[in-house]
Amino acid sequence: MSAATVRSLVVVGASLAGLRAVEAARKAGFAGRITLIGDEPHLPYDRPPLSKQLLAPGGPTDPVTFRSRAELVAELGVELLLDAPATGLDPDSRVVHAGGEDVAYDALVVATGAAARGLPGTEGLAGVHVLRTLDDARAVRRALDEGARTVVVGAGFIGSEVASAARERGLPITIVEALPSPLVRSVGADLGTALSLLHARNGTALHCGQTVAAVEGTGRVEGVRLADGTVIDADLVVVGIGAVPRTDWLAGSGLPVDDGVVCDEFLRAGAPGIYAAGDVARWHNALFDRSMRVEHWSAAAEQGARAARNAVSPAEVQSYVTVPYFWSDWYGSRIQFAGVATNAGHEIVSGDPAGDHFVALYREGDRLTGVLTLNGQRHVMKYRRLIAQRARFDEAIAFARTSVLRRSATTTS
Amino acid sequence: MRIVLDRAKCTGIGICEALAPTVFEVDDHGELVVLSAEVPEDAQNEVTEAVEGCPTMALRLQP
Repeated sequence: MSAATVRSLVVVGASLAGLRAVEAARKAGFAGRITLIGDEPHLPYDRPPLSKQLLAPGGPTDPVTFRSRAELVAELGVELLLDAPATGLDPDSRVVHAGGEDVAYDALVVATGAAARGLPGTEGLAGVHVLRTLDDARAVRRALDEGARTVVVGAGFIGSEVASAARERGLPITIVEALPSPLVRSVGADLGTALSLLHARNGTALHCGQTVAAVEGTGRVEGVRLADGTVIDADLVVVGIGAVPRTDWLAGSGLPVDDGVVCDEFLRAGAPGIYAAGDVARWHNALFDRSMRVEHWSAAAEQGARAARNAVSPAEVQSYVTVPYFWSDWYGSRIQFAGVATNAGHEIVSGDPAGDHFVALYREGDRLTGVLTLNGQRHVMKYRRLIAQRARFDEAIAFARTSVLRRSATTTS
Repeated sequence: MRIVLDRAKCTGIGICEALAPTVFEVDDHGELVVLSAEVPEDAQNEVTEAVEGCPTMALRLQP
């Protein structure tokens, strides 16, 4: 047992997964030294509000922080090393290099997240932003408050939330998407198109199958030129074309990396004492029997906690199994998705994809694998549970029928 | 223990319902319904997880 004794835990990445990791280690009774390393100067803060409440007209400009510095340092006994980007890892001597310091560990949780992909050639051009950090969100908010004409590159969830914030102010906004339909990877082509109807209904122009040829302007953005020659005037360009896991600092460490740190089902990253969690982790999700990397709030929170518990008690590791879940808010409507989207077919079990409410179920073979809802808050978690129970698709359809019946019975009585 | 819900903070994301479905349910309007204000004997762990797992910190437990 002595070989497995962990006296120091180092967590690299001070966002949700990293925070949950240090909390879970203490909750598990770990009394050793804990160091939390982050590259931003800020205490851990919540990212979903950055593209929602923080962009709303009159909304807050301060982040939602989970714990004060005093709570982290005094109550949880965490040593904070902020504004200290990790630059290297030596798994043989068990040392992390960060912010010019060498930090030794017995157990390590890698939670460095993902970085928003930028638009090549726009570096240094004022008014062009990605939306990942608090500083990004504040810059976008300022531009919207000043009445910016906005172009969003990429019709994903972040870009769509920016569009909502712009329309809430009555500002002109155009979304440019390179693929023929939006959100194909997240929800499939048909339902991606269904969701994108919200843009048209709310006055956002959406150009699909169009690429950006150039972002024009000298020093500051003035417009966006599309591949077909169209130029859209813009004071603000928000680039929402996905994120890449932040593994560059692991180069040379020998840690297996393949679109994320490659982990087993226990979030173990392939070198003694090393685990990964959150957007940076690619792990084997036994429920779907496949390797996954998800950039979702709930997965980051849960993986952070699981990775840390496994890291401080390596003799009692437990696997991390989940039905991935995310949500997004567009123009006052809530979109929720749980599971995995497949191209093997889906069925609408409530509402209408062209309307303000629908519930769609996805299948893979005869198994229920996913659920997408638009304003279907009552439905989503019930199907998520069925997915977790490996329910058959026909069982889910039967459940949908009985719950519709039950509902009409209560509304008519 | 009683469950205290701060409606001003709750946005109906449903993490609590996922963790403790016998105690929390989001309704058609996206409002959270606490099905049992008193934490049931057999759901202590799930409710604690739900309270701690709330993304908007809208839940707490009161002795």
